[in-house]
Amino acid sequence: MKRRNLLATAALGLGLALGGGAFAQGMDKVKACFVYVGPIGDGGWTFQHHQGALAVQEAYGDKVEIAWQENVPEGADAERVLTQMALSGCNIIFTTSFGYMDATNAVAAKFPDIKFEHATGYKREHPNVSTYNARFYEGRAVQGHIAGKMTKSNKIGYIASFPIPEVIMGINSYYLHAKKANPNVELSVVWAFTWFDPAKEADAAKALIDQGVDVIASHTDSTAPLAEAAKTNGAVIGFGQASDMAEYKDGPRVSSIIDNWAPYYVKRVGQLMDGTYEQIDAWEGIAGGEVEIGEITDKVPAEVKAEAEAMRDAIAAGTYHPFTGPINKQDGSPWLAEGETAPDGDLLGMSFYVEGIVGDIPK
Amino acid sequence: MLRLEKRPSPSAFWQKASPFLAVILTMIAGGIMFWILGKNPVEAIRTIFWDPLFNAQFASYSRPQLLVKAAPLILIAIGLSLGFRAGVWNIGAEGQYIMGAIFGAAAGLAVYPVESRLIFPAMLMAGALGGWLWAMIPAVLKTVFRTNEILVSLLLVYVAQNILAMMALGALRNPDGGGFPGSRNLSQIPAMANPEMVAGTGMHWGVVAAFMAVIAGHVLLQRHLLGFQIKLAGQAPRAARFAGVSPARLVIFCLGVSGLLAGLAGVFEVTGPAGQISIDFASGYGFTAIIVAFLGRLNPVGILFAGLLMALTYIGGELAQFMLSLPSAAIQAFQGMLLFFLLATDILTNYRIRLSQREAA
Repeated sequence: MKRRNLLATAALGLGLALGGGAFAQGMDKVKACFVYVGPIGDGGWTFQHHQGALAVQEAYGDKVEIAWQENVPEGADAERVLTQMALSGCNIIFTTSFGYMDATNAVAAKFPDIKFEHATGYKREHPNVSTYNARFYEGRAVQGHIAGKMTKSNKIGYIASFPIPEVIMGINSYYLHAKKANPNVELSVVWAFTWFDPAKEADAAKALIDQGVDVIASHTDSTAPLAEAAKTNGAVIGFGQASDMAEYKDGPRVSSIIDNWAPYYVKRVGQLMDGTYEQIDAWEGIAGGEVEIGEITDKVPAEVKAEAEAMRDAIAAGTYHPFTGPINKQDGSPWLAEGETAPDGDLLGMSFYVEGIVGDIPK
Repeated sequence: MLRLEKRPSPSAFWQKASPFLAVILTMIAGGIMFWILGKNPVEAIRTIFWDPLFNAQFASYSRPQLLVKAAPLILIAIGLSLGFRAGVWNIGAEGQYIMGAIFGAAAGLAVYPVESRLIFPAMLMAGALGGWLWAMIPAVLKTVFRTNEILVSLLLVYVAQNILAMMALGALRNPDGGGFPGSRNLSQIPAMANPEMVAGTGMHWGVVAAFMAVIAGHVLLQRHLLGFQIKLAGQAPRAARFAGVSPARLVIFCLGVSGLLAGLAGVFEVTGPAGQISIDFASGYGFTAIIVAFLGRLNPVGILFAGLLMALTYIGGELAQFMLSLPSAAIQAFQGMLLFFLLATDILTNYRIRLSQREAA
């Protein structure tokens, strides 16, 4: 990557025209546009993407113009919104939810000179479509460890959104590390079938609490699960999801996974300006700064906190992979042998629970 | 002091004029809201109502998109308006729309990858059947057990939404999709696709069907005995019964037609603009169509224009969000104002406003 950047910069410096042109030429001024699935005020997923957008503005000042649209449904409307953005002169468009995948590729075909960046997807049907995601499962490992140590009822819960690989790998990582910390732990998963619906998320949290769950992790975007946990007077704890959700620090929130998109957005817009932009499939984690572990509060004993931070640092250093064998699938068949780590391909297509999780993935 | 006085008979003028007054009042109240939000109200209103039609940069794209967005609204609203006139309240068009899409997509995908010209028409029939069957549930329950069709049809929407999620994750899931939810993209399969007939015009079969529905609705209501019976049943149910109109038959007919048209709208959408059965396929057309039906005064031609106006507020609203950084909630509030003022100005049809002296004590 570094080498290629160097070459491209050198080529540009010498004034050589690279084949294709569009990708090699720099730009003086960039209009960066963002499509959000929820409202910016969700306090989670969309909020963090918007923080990334603001960071781009901050980094480049008046050399960049940003524009965005929130609450864009994943479906027929997305294609129109993207086309209108393209027509309005956006140079690079970030589509920040999985459901925009087909729309992103369809519009990219019509506007070959505009760069499209699709978050969490896998389709790059045209040279101007890149995909990016973050290794959230790394953060889930740290959360799982805390959950396993903190639960008193030995029942932990997970509010899942949609049964797609990204969500399933998070559940597996969370469970594996909770189990390692506490062999008696049992995991309940509730499927909300939404990314953002505070009422449904609160219902899911309530259902888990009624089952005796006392640690809740969520893969949905709002703060509703934490608000629900806050009603239990400290009996139930949870984690900030996507954003730090620091307003619940005095309450149920003991730590968080923070999606930090700013480094990626700043980098990509910068590459577009200096002419080093290329199509990529980015998947960074704790090491790249895209996944951050939010402050672990004093509710967590110092010893557990130290273990969790050690795990975080080991993952960042590359000395520990959250999916290290031996790991069996739910049906008992072997997945990873002793010492083997999960290949990215397995994770990106993950459609099974690991051994020990009760229940089925919705079909 | 202002006083309302009942008109001896409904005003024909205000019946036609009140929607226009409602639009103007919405612009004024909406403008005030945009101004409070710190935006230039004139610019915001212009972006919503003018730019999608005439802005040099966007109009060539967004004008045809009006048809794409309005077509399902019009198709569904025409069906609903018949029932609403007869006092049959189908509130569950959203569910019929979803079931139509599922039936249609399933019929096509069942024979994948066969290529035949017959597949698309077969999908349309399957979709119409799906919507019709879903509407027959409240219809039969109402005629046999006298259940309330408002509740049954509305609650069946939630059933349909869950069936949709089940289909996207299960039976109709794309086997080549790497475990991700969602069916194959029907708009990319030639035998099943409902593409633009002429590129850049927005015209697809659903738009054609919507126009045909407008004409058929007009003929039915103006020229046909059944249309007369529908109107009579709504205005004077007892008189209708004496005139030999069977209430059960009307319920079956009205719910059946609205379910069928909603189902068709679902297939056109899933094979065209939406492309696939996914968890988020339902986009609220079935509910918005209720507003369109009333905005259009339950009149087929009125519904045509109301559908286009509604589509304009959607597309213009998107532009305003994007160009002026207006929050999406403000656009939704703006659309809500439209319905509010419509209902509010409706009162002018039956009442007139009089200035009167306060009576002496």
